[in-house]
Amino acid sequence: MLKIDEKLCIGCGVCEENCAFGAITVVDDLARVNDKCTLCGNCVDNCEVGALFIEEGEVVPKTDLAAYSGVWVYAEFRQGKIAPVVLELLGAGRGLADERGVKLSAVLLGHNLGDSARELIAQGCDEVLQIDNPALADFTDEPYANVLSTLIKQRRPEIVLAGATAIGRSFIPQVATVVGAGLTADCTELAIDEDGSLLQTRPAFGGNIMATIVCPDTRPQMATVRPMVMKALPPDPHRRGVVEDLKAEQFNLTSRVRVLSSVIAEPDKIRLAEADIVVAGGRGLESAKGFALLNELAEVMGGSVAASRAAVDAGWIDYPYQVGQTGKTVAPKLYICCGISGAIQHLVGMQSSETIIAINRDAAAPIFNVATYGIVADLFEILPLLIDELKGAK
Amino acid sequence: MKIIICLKQVPDTRNVRLDPKTNTMSREGVESIMNPYDRHALEEGVSLAAQYGGTVTALSMGPPQAAEMLKEAIACGADQGVLISDRAFAGADTLATTYTLANAVLALGAADLIICGKQAIDGDTAQVGPGLARRLDLAYASCISKIHEVRNDCLLARRMMDDGYDELEITLPALLTVVREINEPRIPSLKGKMNARKAVIKTFNAADIGADTALLGLAGSPTRVARVFAPEVRGERAMLEGTVIEQVKELAAKLEAII
Ligand SMILES: Cc1cc2nc3c(=O)[nH]c(=O)nc-3n(C[C@H](O)[C@H](O)[C@H](O)COP(=O)(O)OP(=O)(O)OC[C@H]3O[C@@H](n4cnc5c(N)ncnc54)[C@H](O)[C@@H]3O)c2cc1C
Ligand SMILES: Nc1ncnc2c1ncn2[C@@H]1O[C@H](COP(=O)(O)O)[C@@H](O)[C@H]1O
Repeated sequence: MLKIDEKLCIGCGVCEENCAFGAITVVDDLARVNDKCTLCGNCVDNCEVGALFIEEGEVVPKTDLAAYSGVWVYAEFRQGKIAPVVLELLGAGRGLADERGVKLSAVLLGHNLGDSARELIAQGCDEVLQIDNPALADFTDEPYANVLSTLIKQRRPEIVLAGATAIGRSFIPQVATVVGAGLTADCTELAIDEDGSLLQTRPAFGGNIMATIVCPDTRPQMATVRPMVMKALPPDPHRRGVVEDLKAEQFNLTSRVRVLSSVIAEPDKIRLAEADIVVAGGRGLESAKGFALLNELAEVMGGSVAASRAAVDAGWIDYPYQVGQTGKTVAPKLYICCGISGAIQHLVGMQSSETIIAINRDAAAPIFNVATYGIVADLFEILPLLIDELKGAK
Repeated sequence: MKIIICLKQVPDTRNVRLDPKTNTMSREGVESIMNPYDRHALEEGVSLAAQYGGTVTALSMGPPQAAEMLKEAIACGADQGVLISDRAFAGADTLATTYTLANAVLALGAADLIICGKQAIDGDTAQVGPGLARRLDLAYASCISKIHEVRNDCLLARRMMDDGYDELEITLPALLTVVREINEPRIPSLKGKMNARKAVIKTFNAADIGADTALLGLAGSPTRVARVFAPEVRGERAMLEGTVIEQVKELAAKLEAII
């Protein structure tokens, strides 16, 4: 519960101003908390006289932290392929494991896995735990959650990472629930602090705020991580590692959900996350016809198109093309945005791009704060000329 | 069919800002709203109940003022609203939240179908739906964009994936989370508004739902917020000058150097 030390409180009102929930009001020079308090701790950090503190209730029986060791990466496998985010997680996981002086393992579940384990080892892990079984051919939550949670209980890793993909975000919370672990969703940064605990940083409140989350008293520490934010290591085909085939019989693989069919969208849509060149449009494109212009630019440049949420909401382009907080994260070599204002929710999805070019007629648009090169102009003037210029150069 | 919809009242995050210099949060114009995804969950429940027969209970864990949101849910077609409210819930992360909601569902006598939003826009975690399903041992699928048909013991639905979609057969009872594409939420009818005005929101505390206080709120939450800060933006910003033609030529040259 949030407590206020009445002797220290000077009634300055800083806490009242800082509370996003309207949970504090100053009455008669004293701060008072109401029921809207979520214990986010923002007021405690901002109180200059140290009058606010969060009183912890009874603490859950402590886990024996030392009994947990090793870093695990869930190696998502779908449609016969390892998901690209897995390689990024192995890159990040390698760093964490080395810092902790422990093993890095990958857990690979699916059917017809082929040589995938070798690929994982080349990307940096020491060990692959795999089950190749027809019951795992299609993704459904129950068997996947059963296997991973059983393995965690048996072998006790200290850290478990998974991609914040449709699959990871669906079943990893079930695993965390079964093993009673803390889980941080959609992380964009991971680090180890002095006492060896995992610092998990993620956007919150629609991307307006970044929060660093820790799990001081429980293990494993679990996180899903956004695709395209961590760096994969260059593959080393000579790396050595152990592949352990687990017996499927020791797990419960039954599922109350059945996949009747899977439809894979046009390859173009999948390409967006992996494209080197992305040409994105926003509300400034004014219509689906505006996107035709953008498509033309993407075509001459050999890039993929993308969009802001405003353009998706307007129905000019489909949701799979949306970049940002509630869409895809991309980090191409080149990101060109046309008629996008640069709301923080859009920026979180694209600001790790190597070069960012912004075209916007409003010189004050925040997109220019992240742009490597900016052009203040009407995009309907610039784009046709640019397309001609690039075509001419070919 | 007994349907429960889980709804969360959230601050309208479109207006939450952190001042990067002082690291303080400004809540100017921040009001509490029904989590937008939950509006779609509610709409789906109400239209399924209309089509197949059944009742819709709107369930929320939150502070007393969340009762207003539950009245809004009744105005949008829910039959009743149930609020689980207790100071002991404060500081709950998703693990403690699913514990509380699971106890509440059991206290309500279970359901054939529970629908949650894909995620709540304050935390964007998308963890409560799957966690709750597990605690209640229900069949589960996330990101449902269409329910085609409800049969006696199962339903047929479409699940959004990163690379397309899957068609699923899901055994009942089940818990689903839904995305915005699933429907167009209705606005309250006149009759709905009248129902809402008369409605009494049932409120239960921790003891009423038989919850163990050690597993609630901050005490039952393994995660702690260590720090909050404003997102950094990179500040390179080289503006191209000159006439439109000059700008285009310079840009094309830069692009060709990169590609
Ligand atoms: C919880 C939450 C999640 C969100 N998630 C996302 C997300 O994932 N992705 C996302 O993109 N947004 C997201 N948003 C929305 C985001 O806040 C913005 O509303 C959105 O990004 C704005 O899109 P826009 O830049 O296209 O439109 P606007 O903000 O309307 O900007 C249009 C820009 O185009 C310029 N313009 C207009 N005409 C021309 C012209 N002829 N030539 C040149 N420039 C022109 C204008 O000057 C303006 O700057 C989210 C919001 C919330 C609250
Ligand atoms: N306190 C709550 N009360 C009722 N439902 C909730 C609550 N928190 C989350 N939910 C449900 O769980 C979904 C996902 O929330 P979250 O995991 O917080 O992103 C929401 O869309 C709601 O349907």
